[in-house]
Amino acid sequence: MRADLRIIADLVKPGARVLDLGCGTGDLLAHLQASKEVNGYGLEIDPDNITVCLAKGVNVLEQNLDEGLTNFLDDSFDMVVMTETLQSVRQPHTMLKEMLRIGRECVVTFPNFGHWRCRLQLSARGRMPVAKHLPHTWYDTPNIHLCTFNDFEALCRLLGFEIIERFVVDATHANRFLMNQFPNFFGTYAFYRLGRSETRQ
Amino acid sequence: MPDALPSDSVGLVTAETFVSAAPFALQCGETLPGFQLVYETYGRLNQQRSNAVLVCHALSGHHHAAGYHRVEDKRPGWWDTCIGPGKPIDTSRFFVVSLNNLGGCHGSTGPISINPTSGRPYGPDFPKITVGDWVRSQTALADHLGIEQFAAVIGGSLGGMQALQWSIDFPERLRAAVLIASASRLSAQNIAFNEIARQAIMSDPEFHAGHYRAKGTNPDMGLMLARMVGHITYLSDDGMRQKFGRELKSGDLRIGRDVEFQVESYLHHQGRSFSQTFDANTYLLMTRALDFFDPAGAYQDDLVVALARARCRFLVVSFSTDWRFSVERSQELVDALVRARRNVASAIIDTEHGHDSFLLPVPRYLEVLGSYLRRLADEVSPIPAGAPCHAG
Repeated sequence: MRADLRIIADLVKPGARVLDLGCGTGDLLAHLQASKEVNGYGLEIDPDNITVCLAKGVNVLEQNLDEGLTNFLDDSFDMVVMTETLQSVRQPHTMLKEMLRIGRECVVTFPNFGHWRCRLQLSARGRMPVAKHLPHTWYDTPNIHLCTFNDFEALCRLLGFEIIERFVVDATHANRFLMNQFPNFFGTYAFYRLGRSETRQ
Repeated sequence: MPDALPSDSVGLVTAETFVSAAPFALQCGETLPGFQLVYETYGRLNQQRSNAVLVCHALSGHHHAAGYHRVEDKRPGWWDTCIGPGKPIDTSRFFVVSLNNLGGCHGSTGPISINPTSGRPYGPDFPKITVGDWVRSQTALADHLGIEQFAAVIGGSLGGMQALQWSIDFPERLRAAVLIASASRLSAQNIAFNEIARQAIMSDPEFHAGHYRAKGTNPDMGLMLARMVGHITYLSDDGMRQKFGRELKSGDLRIGRDVEFQVESYLHHQGRSFSQTFDANTYLLMTRALDFFDPAGAYQDDLVVALARARCRFLVVSFSTDWRFSVERSQELVDALVRARRNVASAIIDTEHGHDSFLLPVPRYLEVLGSYLRRLADEVSPIPAGAPCHAG
């Protein structure tokens, strides 16, 4: 299993109800079903990924995230997961609000646009960054809403979400000392576990 | 098997008949003194009797789903695309049972059967049949075949409704329900189309209030019209444009005589051949069963409550251009299944063939069905290590 999925799997409680937005080939759900008896569903639109999910016995549902999640009831999941997809949805803030409407908690991962390599390319060369964790050119990229960790945390404050946990890792999903000191400069990916703030209404 | 038949066909098949002598109480309150079901099977039932798949037919279907009755047959059974060795419903792994439903006109007890109390055909007096009745009669057939639990109950359209009813009425008797181009109940528009079909039949002067056989005639025109309307709704606008365009089949516009578009010729042909093979009373009975289907009705009109009874897992497949049983109807099923916390997977197949797609070799459709059912076959009927694997 991908290293990032293992990190997420550790955050899920046994027997939880999980919704995985953009579940890909269903690795996370297959693992959670087998090891934690999780009742999980994954949303996906890629036909090949869906076929792979079916072969694994994963509850994959063909649904386009950009068409909304209104078909899911409030509080119907313990955890809603979205890995490396937030930056490519049409309205990230609406998506986050929906995730915390449907689920009590959510886990979001995304690449950091504030990583020093990105900053260097933009400041020294004056060009849009292309890096290992952001391999696309500006004109042909699914990543239409890139942000830095600081941007994301500001949005969470604005929306009144509580950041319960945060893991910052490098491109190999390892955590190194400097990342914890200066995450927005040295971190490549972040995992945020979010909840509804008590004061939020 | 003769060389003439394709290698991925189940080959030559023969229909069998199951006779149930016990009185059979119907949901409408009437009781049949007994009944018979004609059916076919493909593949072999394994020793654990765990690899059986029930195929439920749609409105105009019957038991002959796959293979050929005679080498000379021009066409195989109606779902030969999906049933056969190496096909999605893989007969080298599964034991497939396909029947003609109660009330049908292809050998099972129905309006053209003799009513033992009167000695004459039932005709229009054949009792009203529901999807629930069908499912219960199918369990009798399963008992007869020694099948305690089906690996899957599979159906498209009205067939999917039967699979859904199975999951609610007999939760322990199936591991999976596969609902293709189906719905939990018909929309008003759908019922309206059925009513046009019924009116076409009943207003045919040859219908004689359903006693056409006794008069030695048949409402051919009505059946033809009913089928023509049906066929338009089974195709999509795009699909029809691609298939027929505005091509003329015959005639000359300048002379203005016997002008016929390709699409007209197609509908006439479909209608005519249907009127010669299908019984009008059966058509009325089956469209009524469709209209009244509403499994949530018995559970405070709450589909979620109804589905909470189910124990099986579900696959829900729909087709992008199907407007008779639209993607939205399937999505309602999926949403209710998620709310009922059932295991469910879904796929929306992009195709221009409308409702008819469920019978056609649409590559992604076959892939989805095959992928899901191979996984199921691995559970109920594992290929022994070292055994030759059938090429897919």
